[in-house]
Amino acid sequence: MFSFCTDPSVLEQAQWFACYLTTATHMAFYRAFGVVILLLAVTAPAALAMGMLGALALRSRLAPVNMIGRGYVNLVRGVPDIVFFLFVPIALGQGIEWVMHHINCPDWDQPIRQGNDFVVCREAKVPPVGASAWVRNVYAFSMAVIAFALVFGAFVANTLYGAMQAVPRAQVETAEAYGMTRGQAFRRIVLPQMWVYALPGLSNIWQILIKATPLLFLLGIQDVVYWARELGGAKTSLFAYPHPDWRVWYFLVLLLFYLFLTWGSERIFGALNRRLARGQATAQGERQRRAEA
Amino acid sequence: MRTCAESFEGYILRSLGRDWGERLLPRGLDITLCDQIFLIASGMIWNVYFAVFSISIGFFLATAVAVARFSENPWLNRPAGAFIFFFRGSPLFIQFFFFYSAFVLLPRGGIDIPLGFVTLNVDTSPLTTAAVGGLIVLILNTTAYSAELFVGALRSVPKGDLEAADAYGMAGFTRFRRVVWPNMLRLAWPSYTNEAIFLTHSTTLVFLSAFPARQQSGEAFYYARYFVDQTFNPFVAYPIVAAYFIALTLAIIGVFGLVNARLNRHLPREKRARIRFRPQYLR
Repeated sequence: MFSFCTDPSVLEQAQWFACYLTTATHMAFYRAFGVVILLLAVTAPAALAMGMLGALALRSRLAPVNMIGRGYVNLVRGVPDIVFFLFVPIALGQGIEWVMHHINCPDWDQPIRQGNDFVVCREAKVPPVGASAWVRNVYAFSMAVIAFALVFGAFVANTLYGAMQAVPRAQVETAEAYGMTRGQAFRRIVLPQMWVYALPGLSNIWQILIKATPLLFLLGIQDVVYWARELGGAKTSLFAYPHPDWRVWYFLVLLLFYLFLTWGSERIFGALNRRLARGQATAQGERQRRAEA
Repeated sequence: MRTCAESFEGYILRSLGRDWGERLLPRGLDITLCDQIFLIASGMIWNVYFAVFSISIGFFLATAVAVARFSENPWLNRPAGAFIFFFRGSPLFIQFFFFYSAFVLLPRGGIDIPLGFVTLNVDTSPLTTAAVGGLIVLILNTTAYSAELFVGALRSVPKGDLEAADAYGMAGFTRFRRVVWPNMLRLAWPSYTNEAIFLTHSTTLVFLSAFPARQQSGEAFYYARYFVDQTFNPFVAYPIVAAYFIALTLAIIGVFGLVNARLNRHLPREKRARIRFRPQYLR
């Protein structure tokens, strides 16, 4: 990084740290924070979409759709989510390979599960044999996103369903009295107003989602936890930058990073809540109206 | 192949260490369904251990922290707030790593605490084990989460009850013990039940992260993961561990429900708080 970094063993303390903190592995460590943010940025809308589908299914009058919605929400909420985070990527990966196997190699005569092995033909491997590390990382990352979206989608579905029920019934009845269909009443009356009721729950789920991101490590992704362990471990003089066990400092940095994230999002949700409460038929909306008048 | 009775004998206490059953865990093609059922059940010993001790110790600490947080003295209020913020704002997973790496830095020979004429040598090596160090992290974590619930309950203790206590001439600790505390518990109990459930579920994180499973003695989910790694089949071990956890969750709801009934016994039936199972597992 810096020109004086060629021989770290002779550097002064400040320069040594400047060089140490800008090594290629440290750059990967810093990028891993970006991966956390990226995961949050991708998962949040995915979970919201999943939750919206779930909530609509819960509201549905069609018995099978309603059953699917209830089954999904209750199953995911009743089982420890960590089990889901490890189960979904493996199960989904095997499911995809199973389907690919049946499409690509219809004349394969051996069973797929042989003892403790899961054997599919070469063409059915996902990601394909010999794929670059980049493709493998993207694949592992998308599996993680799907697992997160499934689990948090169930939480969101429950919250959104509650929020839809919380919109004053009289307003929906008024809309129906004006001749709106069920769908129109939902789109024009329920959908715009439900968010103020959903927000506290969503903010809670978002905080939980933030605190779930270090579990990426368990899925074999080189995330912040991985790098903190790698970089913090004691380095002997064989390394360019020898140092004792510094893991505690690296994990302190992670703790501060997460504290900052949760603190920041708490403030943002607070502001959003005040904005959404404007003109609503709630105690807070009423208070805001009086303050402005 | 082992029979079911043999796997029961060999593995039902295996999580306590290798002296308590078969020395080695079953491997590869040797794994039977009974092995999975009993070894994972044996791991539940640790889950129950962590849950019982951290909830029962954390309960009293949380009361203290909540009272400190609710007090108007900034010297009590601020540190309690910082403590709650620190443990609620960061992932438990990272807290395990952080505390483990801090505990291993403690001196090997223990810490000498001079007590005037004698010097007490405190052995710090148990802190690096899951049974002690992991338990401490869980206690601190549940203390923060429960304290937050208790503070909310302290804020909503009915004013009339406090006035009645004043009218009876109660003050200080008597008033707290007889009026404030029972009310606080009654109000916080439904959400505290949920907290106990989340905590129990998060005991699965202990061996997943920093703390080592010595002699391959771990909790239920550690063994489930072991089996999935060995058999590459997630459709057996994970459902087993999920079923055990659902059973444990129901047991917690049952026990806490009894306490809830006792806390609410003076109220008319329709005013009693009901426990609702609202899981939000991760912390």
